[in-house]
Amino acid sequence: MSSKPGPISLTKGNEAIAKGALAAGLHCYFAYPITPQSDIPEYLSKHLVERGGEFIQAESEIASVNMLLGAAACGKRAMTSSSSPGIALKQEGISYMAGSELPAVIVNISRGGPGLGSIDPSQGDYYQATRGGGHGDYRTLVLAPSTCQEAYDLTIRAFELAFYHRNPVVILGDAILGQMKEPLKEWEYQPNTEREAADWALSGAKDRPSRLIKSLYLADEALAGHNERLQAKHERMRQDLDWEEYATEDSEVLVVAFGSVGRIAKSSVRKLRSQGYRVGLLRPITLFPFPEERIRELAWSNRLITIENNTGQMVDDVRLAARNVADSAFFGVSPGRLPSPEDFLQPILEVWEQEEARK
Amino acid sequence: MSGQPQADERVAFALPRTMTGASLHFCPGCHHGIIHRLVGECLEKNNLGESTICVGSVGCSVFIYNYIDVDAVEAPHGRAPAVATGVKRARPDRFVFGYQGDGDLAAIGFSEIMHCANRGENVTIVFVNNTVFGMTGGQMAPTTLVGQRTTTSPGGRNMNTDGAPLNMSELIASLEGTAFSARVAVNSIKNIKQGKKALQKAYRAQSGEQGFSFIEFLSACPTNWKMDPLQANEHVGQTLVQRFPLGVFKDIVE
Repeated sequence: MSSKPGPISLTKGNEAIAKGALAAGLHCYFAYPITPQSDIPEYLSKHLVERGGEFIQAESEIASVNMLLGAAACGKRAMTSSSSPGIALKQEGISYMAGSELPAVIVNISRGGPGLGSIDPSQGDYYQATRGGGHGDYRTLVLAPSTCQEAYDLTIRAFELAFYHRNPVVILGDAILGQMKEPLKEWEYQPNTEREAADWALSGAKDRPSRLIKSLYLADEALAGHNERLQAKHERMRQDLDWEEYATEDSEVLVVAFGSVGRIAKSSVRKLRSQGYRVGLLRPITLFPFPEERIRELAWSNRLITIENNTGQMVDDVRLAARNVADSAFFGVSPGRLPSPEDFLQPILEVWEQEEARK
Repeated sequence: MSGQPQADERVAFALPRTMTGASLHFCPGCHHGIIHRLVGECLEKNNLGESTICVGSVGCSVFIYNYIDVDAVEAPHGRAPAVATGVKRARPDRFVFGYQGDGDLAAIGFSEIMHCANRGENVTIVFVNNTVFGMTGGQMAPTTLVGQRTTTSPGGRNMNTDGAPLNMSELIASLEGTAFSARVAVNSIKNIKQGKKALQKAYRAQSGEQGFSFIEFLSACPTNWKMDPLQANEHVGQTLVQRFPLGVFKDIVE
């Protein structure tokens, strides 16, 4: 992996993801239109094809995720993208890819639910993304960008991780990220894709025994062994933990928030800091694996509040991380409502006051 | 399985090198074994063994990779044409075929097969129609004949509530992306020979990059039809072909 600076442009989050995928050596992309992510297929229908890649607008989310499975089985860098209900439809294929140990990138620019919900920003898919979503005992790595630049950078990272672990990687964004325009600094990156799948990908059994990619293990004990191997892999994913910390050196209240909301909460924290409150922020960048050890460390010296654009999902992981040390308060903005930094000031101050009262 | 010939023996009918020789798990009288064999023979005849990627499906043929000795990937139920699409787009220089039963292809996978054909994907789908969901115990399929008793149509398939059987080869022949679509049977030597010829043509459609190729094999299912192997074989030739006529429905292969 080597990199040098590329062009700078004003780019939408969705396009940043598409550009990141191209920079990462995307070869095949399959998707079905859905708001608020349709800029990704629109961009790639032109630019991926111009670069000699394969683009298919599939007949359904189900077909697109299975096309992804097929391309991944050939060891190609492949991606699909969608939004919440579309990602729900893809879960069968994601489970098969996890069970078959196939690398692929799945982008969810989520929208409000349940059901048809709305096209507004929402973080209601945290459970779906981090709990696997589909059937069986598996995990996907989950990356949660909060800026257009990070969307680009993490898309490149997603392909690296997918091939390193031979596992699907989910990029979880929302309509704020997908539809926002920001300056984007591209960087040229030469992925070493030539040999990365040489020892397992399907290519025709020439001068070697035939290969089989599957998730079916019927023999006695076979599935147990397979699941134990997958579990060991999920443990290894911890080496790729990533998070952002802001103003935690002397903080007494720690805000935990991810994605767009993490960024909005940072503005709230900054404002409170300027007023003299010792408040800090931890923004998980990998949602699975989850930075639980760091949260637990900070829980010894901080009162916690988790803020999400949902009715309370990641807060479960924060509470699990801090168990027997501290609890976490929760402030949720319901999907369908766009939060602002001012919305979070009062909830954070309430936690601050509880901490003061305790002293 | 294929032991070496003794001193006074000669090989009259060798196993194709594209097959593993593993004993088939199919029920006595099932036609999957013959169809597997034809698939393997045609791969060998066209020298495709080292350049083929097989897409398996879910049903009685789920273990095709144990018998056909080529690179293979397992597709979720009904999704083989979508997986084959992904494989072919990733490796257009490889020969890609899927193998699906009628529950898999005509019920849950109806959308994937129709759109794969309609896009004219340069892949081959081998479709085995035995008019029931075999592996799950003989439930009604979209291909079950009107009046046919199954475990989920105990009174016989009812046109008014269950609809009529789907004739997949004719439907697929109607799409512009299709280069070849045929229905064959393996219930007699003559039909096996014709089936092999049609399969060769389907393979040629792909090798010549002419579009989507589809071949439907009528197959006996003695276990779920509650017949002995001979009765089931006769049932294919006497009854199934009435509803599912044998023939080539589209052929633009040069």
